[in-house]
Amino acid sequence: MEKGKGVMGSGRRWAVDFSDNSTAPSSRDIPDPPGFTRASVDQDDSTVSRQKKDAESNWKAQKAWEVAQAPFKNLLMMGFMMWMAGNTVHLFSIGITFSALWQPISALQGVGKVFEPYKDSKVELLGPKLLFIALNLGGLALGVWKLNTLGLLPTHASDWVSSLPPAQEVEYSGGGIPL
Amino acid sequence: MAITYAVLLFLIFYSFQPTLSLYEDQVGLTDWHQQYIGKVKQAVFHTHKTGRKRVVVSTEDNVIATLDLRHGEIFWRHVLGHNDVVDGIDIALGKYVITLSSEGRILRAWNLPDGQMVWESSLHGPKHSKSLLLMTNVIIEKDNVVVIFSNGRLHAVSCIDGEVLWNKDFEAESLEVQKVIQPPGSNFVYVVGFAASSQFEMYQINATNGELLKHESEAFSGRFSGEVSLVSSETLVALDSTGLILLRISFHEGKISIQQTPISDLVEDSPGPAVIIPSSIMGLFTIKINAVTIFIRVIGKGKLEVVEKANHETAVGDALSLSEGQQAFALVQHAGRDIHLTVKLAHDWGGDLLKESIKMDQQRGLVHKVFINNYVRTDGSYGFRALIVMEDHSLLLLQQGTIVWSREDGLASIIDVTTSELPVERAGVSVAKVELNLFEWLKGHMLKLKGTLMLATPEDIAAIQYMRLKSSEKSKMTRDHNGFRKLLIALTRAGKLFALHTGDGRIVWSRLLQSLHKSEACQHPIGLNLSPWQVPHHHALDENPSVLVVGRCGPSSDALGILSFIDSYTGKELSSSRLVHSVAQVIPLPYTDSTEQRLHLLIDADKHAHLYPETPEAISIFRREFSNIYWYSVEDENGIIKGYALKSKCNGNVDDKFCFDARELWSIVLPSESEKIIATVTRKMNEAVHTQAKLIAADQDVMYKYVSRNLLFVATVAPKASGEIGSVTPEESWLVVYLIDTVTGCVLHRMTHHGSQGPVEAVFSENWVVYHYFNLRAHRYEMSVIEIYDQSRADNKDVWKLVVGKHNLTSPISSYSRSEVVTKSQSYFFTHSLKAIAVTSTAKGITSKQLLMGTIGDQVLALDKRFLDPRRSVNPTQAEREEGIIPLTDSLPIIPQSYITHNIRVEGLRGIITVAAKLESTTLVFAHGLDLFFTHFAPSRTYDSLTEDFSCALLLITIVALVAAIFVTWLLSQRKELQDKWR
Repeated sequence: MEKGKGVMGSGRRWAVDFSDNSTAPSSRDIPDPPGFTRASVDQDDSTVSRQKKDAESNWKAQKAWEVAQAPFKNLLMMGFMMWMAGNTVHLFSIGITFSALWQPISALQGVGKVFEPYKDSKVELLGPKLLFIALNLGGLALGVWKLNTLGLLPTHASDWVSSLPPAQEVEYSGGGIPL
Repeated sequence: MAITYAVLLFLIFYSFQPTLSLYEDQVGLTDWHQQYIGKVKQAVFHTHKTGRKRVVVSTEDNVIATLDLRHGEIFWRHVLGHNDVVDGIDIALGKYVITLSSEGRILRAWNLPDGQMVWESSLHGPKHSKSLLLMTNVIIEKDNVVVIFSNGRLHAVSCIDGEVLWNKDFEAESLEVQKVIQPPGSNFVYVVGFAASSQFEMYQINATNGELLKHESEAFSGRFSGEVSLVSSETLVALDSTGLILLRISFHEGKISIQQTPISDLVEDSPGPAVIIPSSIMGLFTIKINAVTIFIRVIGKGKLEVVEKANHETAVGDALSLSEGQQAFALVQHAGRDIHLTVKLAHDWGGDLLKESIKMDQQRGLVHKVFINNYVRTDGSYGFRALIVMEDHSLLLLQQGTIVWSREDGLASIIDVTTSELPVERAGVSVAKVELNLFEWLKGHMLKLKGTLMLATPEDIAAIQYMRLKSSEKSKMTRDHNGFRKLLIALTRAGKLFALHTGDGRIVWSRLLQSLHKSEACQHPIGLNLSPWQVPHHHALDENPSVLVVGRCGPSSDALGILSFIDSYTGKELSSSRLVHSVAQVIPLPYTDSTEQRLHLLIDADKHAHLYPETPEAISIFRREFSNIYWYSVEDENGIIKGYALKSKCNGNVDDKFCFDARELWSIVLPSESEKIIATVTRKMNEAVHTQAKLIAADQDVMYKYVSRNLLFVATVAPKASGEIGSVTPEESWLVVYLIDTVTGCVLHRMTHHGSQGPVEAVFSENWVVYHYFNLRAHRYEMSVIEIYDQSRADNKDVWKLVVGKHNLTSPISSYSRSEVVTKSQSYFFTHSLKAIAVTSTAKGITSKQLLMGTIGDQVLALDKRFLDPRRSVNPTQAEREEGIIPLTDSLPIIPQSYITHNIRVEGLRGIITVAAKLESTTLVFAHGLDLFFTHFAPSRTYDSLTEDFSCALLLITIVALVAAIFVTWLLSQRKELQDKWR
């Protein structure tokens, strides 16, 4: 897309582009007219189609990396929000914390879906996926850390002993001042 | 930090300054208040034609009250101090009530209509003596005079302003003045008495100026026995000290003559000594030989004649002057279930002015006192009304053969209280008196809705309020889901058991215990203790719970004991037994047998332990726990605390396998020259503790509470300082407090408060004790708190070990294994002096605690325990603040809204009892003294239920309206969509 835009770019007042754009990816912006099949043309010229495919997979790989990096911005945003929310338990901080926990979890659940458009036999998606997962796990960790600072995680002895009933006593003693 | 902490924080956040007060319209919804006066000692009627008819009474609980004769309600009431015993009352000038109290030292006049005090004068004298009050008709300078003999001095006091007009001393060493008599129509008084028990003394004194007119004395060969009866204005009847000879003493015109008549001359088969019943009926007196009451008439020149011998229990009232010198008196006799009230003329035994037979409730016992009053009927004849005081201390007014009203004044002297659950609601059994029909239910809800929407008229509001107060829901005789409805079972000093419904305070049943009834074998039975005996859980539907009453035949500690088992639902005495041993202590054990009867250990005066119930099963349970049962006794007179273990079967009694010998394990001897025990307190046996850990949020730490049932708090003071506040200087006064483990005798904590003094009021709960005392240096009351923590378990801090359960925190612990404790304490000033102190108790022990303090003003004040937290500091950190720690102040605040008795006074407050409801947030509080007060109290507000004023109808209507709105809008949108599609 950028390529096309570059060609059509500013600077010149006008230009006539004689190159055949029909096979370039940019032409995909415009839907083909009904009844027209591009495949027949593609099949004719295998070198052109291979070039085209390479360009597409390059673009896909680039896109995939971009998508994989997207949670980073989110992470910064979340961090700021958490700092704003403070360390006391109230509606706002709990809301922020739970959204901070929920976002990475839902993102992780939909890892396959996020990278679906960039699926290609030639594109190596493992790297971006791992980055995406790592960043989201980072977000999750941030959320859990926040949860902990709010005192909502059972990480202290007190969380485990407070539910224990008092120990039974072996001896029993009664009495007092005689009636 | 912790989850629970966060949740707690939420609670605290909402209840930071809990609003404990209530709105005006909430008064009476959950609370009730009953006013009593105690057993009536003396009654004076005031039945003038104008004004309301009333009776002025003084009681054994030092109360002066006027009661409405029509309904028995209290017009006004004054409770004198516990050392201000009322000696006599009378009405002066038809508008003042004159009372003599405090062993004849204080004379007061109260305005009859409203009870305002008019004047008070203090009378002093050279020596201690009987106190007599005589209303004279002598007038000095337009002042009516009341003559008082007290403390060896005769005073004449003006009725108008209480000024002492004259006084005269009777300083003769051994003179015991028996009577002060004013012959009718004269202006002198006779003061008569015995000197050295064998000489009769008579003084004639001019009532206008106190001048001694005549003094005569006459020796008697025998000795006099105290009580005398007046048979005319110048004749007395007394008994000699053997109780076999009647003495008729006449002092007509200054000439004393003593005439002796052996009782055997009058009564043929007189078995033993007689007792004279003091009275002042003209020409008639009463003696009692064993249970037989004998009426004897004095005829003419010193002749005595028996007019009647009554074998039934009989009570005789004092004389009532009718017109033209006629006197009437009342006597009440028991005949089976009925009582016979007879009013006779003093000079004419045969002619009864009144003879009535009244059916009497058997649970009221015998008639103890009778007071009569007359009124003139429309036909000119005399009618009589009688006020009778029964054995159970109740007060009844009889008129025209019926009981006009009755007052259950026995409830003014509660000894012990316990609670019992009500029966389980069964299908098909209607328990509410009036089941509401649907229409009424709807009407009620509509009214409520109107109230919520502020559309209600004043009549509607009144109707709503009436509905709320009279809700049949709260007075049902079945258990409720929240556990608010219970039976309060109270044992009174008269030996009567009352069951009160917590919903409205009505008496469900009452029973005068036959086993606590006076009998040949048991002359002065007293009730000691009341405890739950059987609480069925497994068979709650077909078994009734029962309570155990422990009593004793007499005030001494070696008197034989009495046990009585009473059904909690019906009040029926299931069984009772006279014990062959005494009862010094009653220890309920934490074990029950298969029928859910609780095992009790009764310790007698010889330190033998007796196990009850006496069944083989009980003994087998007891055998199993034999080595773990200990007991201790606090001998407060000699300052020794001793601990015992059970040893073996009793040596003396071969057969008694339920009797065990004790072995002394330890003793703590307090130095008698420096310490005297004034208070001991332990934890309540049934107190629920939710957790053993105390969370310190500030440094994310945990401390383990030392939660033990075997802890005893003891407070001692310097022997010199055991008197009144201010009787010693701060230097020679100190207060020492101890925390003692009663199994091992180990003193876990000891602390001295220098310059402090009792009385000490203390309460022990969980791992803390709060006590109240007087600080002589600061001239203020102080309250201190001690919290005790277990240091030996403090290293249980590894989270992972706790997660996988590798800790010893729940394993049973023994008192012998640990002794490492840490205590924290802090003291604060407090404004009030206290009469009682208690702490709220809830079902699971989760809700935060509040202290309930019975103030000197007879109110119950709630104070959050957080104010008595030893971790309070002047500048708590942010984390500590979040935890709910209040910045330290030198004195505890008294928040006027936190009086749970709101504007009511519980006169003569003696005890506060808290009972957990099933609803965790709520405690039931019962305060008793002369008055009774009951309320529900939620220390952290009712966080677990909707408030009473929550309108369910409004919620329902809102939901219905919303559903309707959704349906309508859905229809509209459908139509719109269709139209859009057609377009």
